[in-house]
Amino acid sequence: MAEHNSHDSHGHEQHGSLKSYVIGFILSVVLTIIPLVVVLNDMMGKTGTLIVILGTAALQFVVQLFFFMHIRETEKPRWNVMALIFGLLIMMTIVIGSIWIMLNNAVAH
Amino acid sequence: MAQAAAKHGENHAHGHDHGHHDPQEMKILGFWFFLISDVILFSVLFATFIVLRDNSAGGPILSELIKMPGVIAETFILLTSSFTSGLAVLAMNQGKVKQLINWLIVTAVLGASFIALEVYEFIEMVHEGFSYTTSAASGAFFTLVGTHGLHVSLGLIWMIGLMFQLKKRGITDVTRGKINVISLYWHFLDVVWIFLLSIVYLMGVM
Repeated sequence: MAEHNSHDSHGHEQHGSLKSYVIGFILSVVLTIIPLVVVLNDMMGKTGTLIVILGTAALQFVVQLFFFMHIRETEKPRWNVMALIFGLLIMMTIVIGSIWIMLNNAVAH
Repeated sequence: MAQAAAKHGENHAHGHDHGHHDPQEMKILGFWFFLISDVILFSVLFATFIVLRDNSAGGPILSELIKMPGVIAETFILLTSSFTSGLAVLAMNQGKVKQLINWLIVTAVLGASFIALEVYEFIEMVHEGFSYTTSAASGAFFTLVGTHGLHVSLGLIWMIGLMFQLKKRGITDVTRGKINVISLYWHFLDVVWIFLLSIVYLMGVM
């Protein structure tokens, strides 16, 4: 268990350990339960609930990126991180832009 | 010309010395690019859904049809399957084929239960008069959630194929790359589901 050295000379074999998966899993479960409890019990006002839902979702995204998808363990330069940031930028533009424009349309009619 | 060729050869050797880009690493990077293009696909569907979610055209309203117990079950099933696909990769890194295949089977069974629950949820909605063509809201909902379900289903077929290949060939450089890639895909699908849960379901019932 301590060493899995049969084939780690290249360093690309050591993607994660049991510990990192277990920590990621526990954090994900907690971050899923928090918004569920808040929403199902009507614990907060509209804005508060929205912040909790989106905040825990974003945190869980980060947790999975680090503990499950091992984004830190890729070779440098980290093209995947750069591409991901670019993808998120496009995502935000599409989603926020659509909401903004369509809300204005809704006001107009 | 010969000189150019020689120079080219030199550069080539040079490149090999420095950038230790082994093919597996490049395949995983390529797969990241695919995942990011999938992020953009989903962001378009999310934007469409957010914009159209209240346009029920006099038909049933989505938030009244959502049954949270089923959704919560789906969430934890998919989250657990993401975890077990990680355990499969760990077993592979330790060279344990049998354990690897067993974790893949657990992952696939969880994935199949997720799909079964989702199909059941869809059928119930259609019975309540909320079908694909009922309204803009229903169309956007089924397209968004259905695209995710389709991704999971394709992943299941892919995973079953890999199990057979592992049985036949064992853990080689080729199968190792494939397992790394599918576990990445599976984690990605779980990430998409987090946002489906948050934006479609939780914001729908709040």
